[in-house]
Amino acid sequence: MNHRSDELPPVAGNGLLDRRAFLRGGMALAGYTVVNSAAAETLVDDAWSRVPGSVTQPYGERSRFEEKVVRTLTNPQGEPRVQNARTPLHLLNGVITPAGQHFVVAQAGAPDIDPARHRIAIHGLVRQPLVFTLEALARYPQVTRMHFIECGGNGAPLFSPQPLAATLQALHGLVSCSEWTGVMLSTLLEEAGIDPRAKWLIAEGADAPTLTRSVPLKKALDDTMIALYQNGERLLPSNGYPARLLVPGWEGNMNIKWLRRIKLTDQPGYTFPEAKTYTPLLPNGKAYNFYFVQEVKSFITHPSPGLKMNGAGLYEISGLAFSGDGRIARVMVSADGGKTWAQAALQEPVLAKSFTRFRLPWRWDGGSAILQSRATDERGNVQPTRTEFVAARGELKTVPPVAAFPNQHHNAVMSWGIDANGGVKHVYA
Amino acid sequence: MFTLKQLCVLALAFGSFVTLNANADGPRLGRPVSNEELAAWDTSVMPDGSNLPAGSGTAAQGAKIFAQKCAACHGENGAGAAASALQPKGPITSINAAEKTIGNFWPYASTLFDYIRRAMPWQQPKSLANDEVYALTAYLLALNKVIGEDATLDAAALAKVQMPNRHGFVMKFPDRI
Repeated sequence: MNHRSDELPPVAGNGLLDRRAFLRGGMALAGYTVVNSAAAETLVDDAWSRVPGSVTQPYGERSRFEEKVVRTLTNPQGEPRVQNARTPLHLLNGVITPAGQHFVVAQAGAPDIDPARHRIAIHGLVRQPLVFTLEALARYPQVTRMHFIECGGNGAPLFSPQPLAATLQALHGLVSCSEWTGVMLSTLLEEAGIDPRAKWLIAEGADAPTLTRSVPLKKALDDTMIALYQNGERLLPSNGYPARLLVPGWEGNMNIKWLRRIKLTDQPGYTFPEAKTYTPLLPNGKAYNFYFVQEVKSFITHPSPGLKMNGAGLYEISGLAFSGDGRIARVMVSADGGKTWAQAALQEPVLAKSFTRFRLPWRWDGGSAILQSRATDERGNVQPTRTEFVAARGELKTVPPVAAFPNQHHNAVMSWGIDANGGVKHVYA
Repeated sequence: MFTLKQLCVLALAFGSFVTLNANADGPRLGRPVSNEELAAWDTSVMPDGSNLPAGSGTAAQGAKIFAQKCAACHGENGAGAAASALQPKGPITSINAAEKTIGNFWPYASTLFDYIRRAMPWQQPKSLANDEVYALTAYLLALNKVIGEDATLDAAALAKVQMPNRHGFVMKFPDRI
């Protein structure tokens, strides 16, 4: 079968096509940034086809043509404050974030930890306090899981009363997804012997500020692990080398990097990040605390601000959906600002607390359009519209700097405005 | 899983398995450690003040230490510079986190002591003596009008401090605890 895109009936307004259309084959896609290949050209053997290539290196490097695909940094000169590195989600594809592209929020840089001297202590309300070496942890049963980590402040400037002139990377670059391998925390806690009075644990990093966060014991015994490997290799120093806590689906800051200590307690510590930082202010003057869950969210990565449309025609809309509460059940996409919706295809495998990529064919007529995506997770949690979100959580009085963190835990539907020139920008719809 | 009998056979075959018991799902390689060995790391102070160390300090002492060791980043008298301001700001009137201060937002004074001791000064964390941490905590609480200018803080006094916004919070996911 060979369908032309103009033969396919749209399933929702402004040119959205059936999610199964691509499976039928034969549809020519326009690209977001590359030039249309319609112009006549004679194919030749280029220089690289006529000489042997470069020598294979012990550790592979990317093509020099990809060097601009990098994280954006808030303080590239090492200014003495919190460092943020944002993932270029609009320039990546699939669901795995390369370790070197994983977002970073580091309070005081990455420590240079000698793994032979690193220790992880478990103490507090336990039968027997224990200390583990990394050599010892390597002997424990290992598990491998795919999980996203999202900063509680990802999307923070979106509390703005006006849309922001910013790329997807700037707006949502503090979320990434990896394959993690390590030891289930429950295995080690049971070895230490959990005192029945224990309800929480305080996890501590070995970095300069020895950052601490409180984690409910229930979560620690459910799916929390000590991650040693990321995407098959040891963690990068900026991602917590040689060991980090992985608290799947929960606030990024709780996934303590450079993990050195776990203390079981009967109460939360009200540590600095959980007492002051990750406590979103509410319109009624109160503030949420212990927000824990990174709630169901999605956004379109292709196209998105930072990319450009390249002429009318058939495109694949693609994006990421994830929920800290389980698997993504459904993603709906709109091309007319939310008036009509079409169901996107979900790339298998769809895993709990992991990125799920969604795709939908779209015939862009070259006119203005507003693209949106809206995800639902397996627990029935639905990503709120912006109107619903603002009603519950409020908005700022003035437009904040894009790199600021005026509030936390933003997961409203995102809208991308497409103009007749192919420009893509953040809008409110 | 192995049966107990299989484990016994394994334990006989491999000398290193001697610590195994029938319920273990790991090799049990944690080394028992005493609280004394853990003391340098175990600086977590709880909101009820438990695990606060010995020592004391006054707001006046704290003001001097602040000028020497903190003002370069936090500004003179905590007015703010490269690092955030620490002076009081009045009641919070929006959802903007920039309005949060120690006096109008932080629920427990214990957090101040715990965080200063482990994380400050930014360039030399864990360099302050416990007396200095008590003094800086007293200075910042006095600056924010939570305690009097002439107050002395020690473990008992700090545990008794009531923060004004103590009840200003809603737990988002109480069912997850």
